[in-house]
Amino acid sequence: MVRFEGTDTYVATQDLRVAVNAAIALERPLLVKGEPGTGKTILAHEIASGIGKDLITWHIKSTTKAQQGLYEYDAVSRLRDGQLGDERVHDIANYILPGKLWEAFEAAEAPVLLIDEIDKADIEFPNDLLLELDRMEFYVYETRRTIQARHRPIVIITSNNEKELPDAFLRRCFFHYIRFPDRETMQQIIDVHFPNLKHELVHEALTIFYDIRQVPGLRKKPSTSELLDWIKLLLVEDVSPEVLRSRDPAKLIPPLHGALLKNEQDVHLFERLAFLHRRERG
Amino acid sequence: MFFSFFAELRQAKVPVSLREYLTLMDAMQRRIAVFDIEEFYFLARTSLVKDERHLDRFDRVFGHCFKGIETLGDPKAEIPEAWLKKITERFLTEEEKKLIQSLGGWEELMATLRRRLAEQKARHQGGSKWIGTAGTSPFGAYGYNPEGMRIGQQEGRNRSAVKVWDRREFRNLDDTVELGTRNIKLALRRLRKFAREGAAEELDLGSTVKSTAHNAGWLDLKLVPERHNAVTLLLFVDVGGSMEDHVRVCEELFSAARSEFKHLIHFYFHNCIYDAVWRDSRRRQIEQTPVMELIHTYDASWRIVLVGDASMSPYEIEKEGGSVERWNDEPGEVWLRRLLDAYPRAVWVNPVPERYWTGTASIGMIRQIIEDRMFPLTLDGLDRAVRRLTR
Repeated sequence: MVRFEGTDTYVATQDLRVAVNAAIALERPLLVKGEPGTGKTILAHEIASGIGKDLITWHIKSTTKAQQGLYEYDAVSRLRDGQLGDERVHDIANYILPGKLWEAFEAAEAPVLLIDEIDKADIEFPNDLLLELDRMEFYVYETRRTIQARHRPIVIITSNNEKELPDAFLRRCFFHYIRFPDRETMQQIIDVHFPNLKHELVHEALTIFYDIRQVPGLRKKPSTSELLDWIKLLLVEDVSPEVLRSRDPAKLIPPLHGALLKNEQDVHLFERLAFLHRRERG
Repeated sequence: MFFSFFAELRQAKVPVSLREYLTLMDAMQRRIAVFDIEEFYFLARTSLVKDERHLDRFDRVFGHCFKGIETLGDPKAEIPEAWLKKITERFLTEEEKKLIQSLGGWEELMATLRRRLAEQKARHQGGSKWIGTAGTSPFGAYGYNPEGMRIGQQEGRNRSAVKVWDRREFRNLDDTVELGTRNIKLALRRLRKFAREGAAEELDLGSTVKSTAHNAGWLDLKLVPERHNAVTLLLFVDVGGSMEDHVRVCEELFSAARSEFKHLIHFYFHNCIYDAVWRDSRRRQIEQTPVMELIHTYDASWRIVLVGDASMSPYEIEKEGGSVERWNDEPGEVWLRRLLDAYPRAVWVNPVPERYWTGTASIGMIRQIIEDRMFPLTLDGLDRAVRRLTR
């Protein structure tokens, strides 16, 4: 049996591994939720590379319809071809454009199918896919053909919680909530991404990072991806651990904070805190 | 054993169905998790829980159902004496310290602890001798103090299975407890009502086909405007006085509401609605908006949300001149009713926890005026409020 054990660029905690392996073994979709920036989308990429399968991604937008994942009938171009007298017009199959799900069903080897940000779509979207994901087949009305999955793809679905998903849909999925990594796991994640980093720098950076997350009232708490970006910046700018450690109250805002704080209210909040801090000292 | 676990989950209001239970059984049969309680915990969690809000409830039930299954390991070697001593000294009263002395002092106590750990085979709760939780024995969690001298649950010990669910990391995702900006946004999103407005840029297939047919087969494209959120909302927020305690949560509500609606207009008031409200707290004395003007400006299709703790003296509601700010010719109740008459779709959201509502007379009065459309400022309450608004 195929088992996912994490990859050398992705730290999978035990609970995540169990969830992924359960989904693979039982051939059910895995629904992944979690704070933005904790690696939901990356997970599908890593599963694909971890177990050596192809990845098919289907990014969902607010206008995406379930039908688009199956196939689309391009009526407009058929109409045009009809008016121009094109030969192709006699076969309706010429105007059936397969969607991502079809693509995944037809693949020679079971691929990993990522349905990214399912909550962006209309509220009925998950319901429309119920049967297709359950039975892994659908019917093309125009050509009177049933498309059946040659191998059941491994389906990973991510959600940012913008909409509640229907119960019937949830019941068919495994669910995993990626919780924000604790310091130990975060250390591992950084080690994986920056193997040659000075230990001190990581220590100071993590301290500042978790301090920032503790600040009450932040609009957007920085997450893993922001931390990695920030460390990358620190490396490029060659900021030394001493600078990070110097926690000078006048410089309460950490260097290169642009990577961590993403809106001006949060930066203001920090400036105000720095100001209060200085006043207390003074 | 598993079925009672399943039943208890349902009792704890974790929405699990038979289908999920069968999935779990299926997964067990395929040996995805065997001989490891921790793996079983993760597997049960991934197959039975479908929403992070229920994770904490799940953890509690799991901890309850499977207590005694996990092994204690061998903690003898791993509890540093100095650490225990330090913690205990910090929390013990003089009396208790004397009691320890009477037991023979620290060394003796530690020796007893070792002996008992050796004697004890399973996890234990209650009672007065064994190490466990909630007992009166000098050892174990929740015994001396709420933070506890937690044997088996502190950082630094081997990561035993107990910890994972006993840590209850998902507590703040439970929807009846905490309210973050993201949560509020989610709740408010229910209010969205889409309508077609603006530039025509989407293909309207139906009328295209129709008009193409009318056109004797020549293609005639028809477009319709995209759908937009068409809900309009007036938000009234109580500021100052007793609301100070709720500033943070109200700010969150406000910032979430801000980004969710195109047509959201906010006003501030103090304690109760009188003849005028204001838009900028710093200039409240200079720039006020008369409520009558407001009623004439915005029609009845607007929905209104009042946010306030409704905690004030009853005079502020029912007597003229009762306002703490300045003289009011008509009582607050009259103004409030006027507003409610103008806007039939209204709710009052109260940051005071629901269980304290009966304790304050003015909350009862406001509830009566607003016809029981008062909801607590929790995710669940907001959800109910929004549902009420969309009716």
